[in-house]
Amino acid sequence: MATAIQMPSLSPTMKEGKITKWLKKEGEQISSGQAIAEVETDKSNLEVEAFDDGFLVKVVVKEGESAPVGAPIAFLGQKGEKVEVSAPAPSAPPAPAAPKAEAQVVPIRPAPAPAPAPAPAPESGRLFASPLAKKMAHDQGLDLKALHGSGPAGRIVKRDVEAALTKAPAPAAKAPAFVPVVGRQEPEKIPLSTMRKVIAQRMAEVKPGVPHFYLTVDVEMDAAMKIREEAKALESKVSVNDIVIKAAAVALRRSPKMNRTFQGDHVLQHKNVDVGMAVAIEDGLITPVILDADQKTLSQISAEARELAERARRRALKPQEYTGGTIAISNLGMYGIDSFVAVINPPHASILAVGTVSDRAVARDGQPAVRKMMAVTLSGDHRVIDGALGAEYLKELKALLEHPMRLLF
Amino acid sequence: MPEIMYREALNQALAEEMERDRRVFLIGEEVGKYQGAFKVSQGLLEKFGSARVVDSPISELGFAGLGVGAAMIGLRPVVEMMTWNFAILAMDQIVNNAAKLRHMSGGQLRCPIVFRGPGGAGGRLSSQHSQALESNYAHFPGLKVIAPATPADAKGMLKSAIRDENPVVMIEGERLYALKGEVPEGEHLVPLGKADVKREGKDVTLITWSRMYYFCEQAAQQLEKEGISAEILDLRTLRPLDEEAIVASVKKTNRAVVVEEGWPHSGVGAQVVDVIQSGAFDYLDAPVIRVTGLDVNMSYAANLENATQPDAAKIAAAVKKVLYVEGH
Repeated sequence: MATAIQMPSLSPTMKEGKITKWLKKEGEQISSGQAIAEVETDKSNLEVEAFDDGFLVKVVVKEGESAPVGAPIAFLGQKGEKVEVSAPAPSAPPAPAAPKAEAQVVPIRPAPAPAPAPAPAPESGRLFASPLAKKMAHDQGLDLKALHGSGPAGRIVKRDVEAALTKAPAPAAKAPAFVPVVGRQEPEKIPLSTMRKVIAQRMAEVKPGVPHFYLTVDVEMDAAMKIREEAKALESKVSVNDIVIKAAAVALRRSPKMNRTFQGDHVLQHKNVDVGMAVAIEDGLITPVILDADQKTLSQISAEARELAERARRRALKPQEYTGGTIAISNLGMYGIDSFVAVINPPHASILAVGTVSDRAVARDGQPAVRKMMAVTLSGDHRVIDGALGAEYLKELKALLEHPMRLLF
Repeated sequence: MPEIMYREALNQALAEEMERDRRVFLIGEEVGKYQGAFKVSQGLLEKFGSARVVDSPISELGFAGLGVGAAMIGLRPVVEMMTWNFAILAMDQIVNNAAKLRHMSGGQLRCPIVFRGPGGAGGRLSSQHSQALESNYAHFPGLKVIAPATPADAKGMLKSAIRDENPVVMIEGERLYALKGEVPEGEHLVPLGKADVKREGKDVTLITWSRMYYFCEQAAQQLEKEGISAEILDLRTLRPLDEEAIVASVKKTNRAVVVEEGWPHSGVGAQVVDVIQSGAFDYLDAPVIRVTGLDVNMSYAANLENATQPDAAKIAAAVKKVLYVEGH
């Protein structure tokens, strides 16, 4: 009997997917592990692969059509088998997942949901990698889970590790394997205090949705800019944004109350410091996350940021790479924007809007002086952060950027 | 360096060793007056006389036993089997006597003997006469098994085999006898137990021996045009295996295809794969693939005979599979 191939859940926020391309035609033989279709989700384009052998006896969702997660998109059966489809699938409601889980389709890059994800991602099952790929990843301190396997059944092979290494040469080739000090930890659930509850309610009444408040600070960037020169001397490329990411992360580690997210009836206290970075892509933007940014060196952050941005533009990010984090950084400095305010990307509690670094006349010791100045505006979710807390955070961030030596402590 | 045929290279080796050492003699069916079924012993009877180039009756077990006895008392016999298919009759002398005498006598007896002759499919000789039987002999401790691919290796290895203090089974390529190659004149010794990198490459190692080497070379040339760099490791000696060379090459290329003419079950290639998985596990990027003769008896029909054996296309396809090239 033919079994349905369902629209897989390819990202935590995916509700439906559009078939952009069928890689297999009706009547074609399919073997387990083969990519059968390309699906466009709300975030990126991913391939789906068959988990069983058989023949593609019926395609119910044509190219260009969408179907909700869980709805049948095709049927797998014996050669020549006929399948009657009563209702057009694209509009059909998601079929309830059978407990026996006849899922024939898994994402080629299965996405284990990171801890703060709002919705569970599909179960990844075992990770497959060639012995060589495992050894290379281990030697270079790469996390295999972060790699895309291009071999049969998603097996991670040498070329996948090499691709990851060439994209992120700094942490891989030069720096010793990165060992996070704290490791990945589950966030802690904190019940709302009565006051917090009232603040949250009232702020949301005044400003429905996520009640934003804004704080702006001017930062003298002369010392931070010197870091870039130091980096150049070490043949490493570090951008202003990399330094801001690092400083924002270290400041967050020192202000743990900023590292929270609002969850309706409770607040999550996050243990790891994960910083999102807004990347403009064609027709939108996406916010890949640098995990444990407070623990990473500038060159690691720089390499990772470059690599994530590059793949974001190709729409090749994995769902777990743009999920999570408590803060994001939006930088329009390269466009010459002096200052702006940014909209928080839920469930984040805040976002930093970073302007351009430009020479400006400022008063120093009672005298006019020219300094490289940069405006940073924090947008905070008032349900979980108050003005004074945000101000303390910005003060720390400013101090770290103006005296970047402090990032070492 | 002169270019001579594989059979001429063997002939040189025999003549040189017979000249060098009076204890060396050749025995087998048609080796004398007929000058050898494959003309390997051409001119030897004339040169060394019938006491040292002995035409035997059609009795493989008998003259193999004669050779073992002669070796025990201090001669250095070279026993020619018209083909290894016929040597099945002599299996008892080879494996129960030659291979074991040194051990069973506590080292008092030695058996410096060479059993040699062609193996593999010869071309429309059907199932009884088309067998690649090297794995049979490679199975036994006490024997050395060699299967050279080139005329130069054939000469150098036969000379080393004749000088070896242990029984050596030499499986020549029935279809290689007329193949020409450069062969050093005079003293040319190739050590037993040493594999040879016949072609340097970086993406995959083709491990093979004897006639299959040429299919590997064809496949490697074709793959090179597609940007795939294949290394060819010619084992030359199948027992003892040059494990060091196998592991070193696979560590370099991370992928291996093992090519043999014989059947897959219990083939020498299976042993090679074991060497790889135990010695280079952490360096493997893909499961090792074997390209072997099909697991059937050989057909007489030429088209089926060809289909039964490995060829360059089958090898190239296997290479693409271990390299995860799409569509393979």
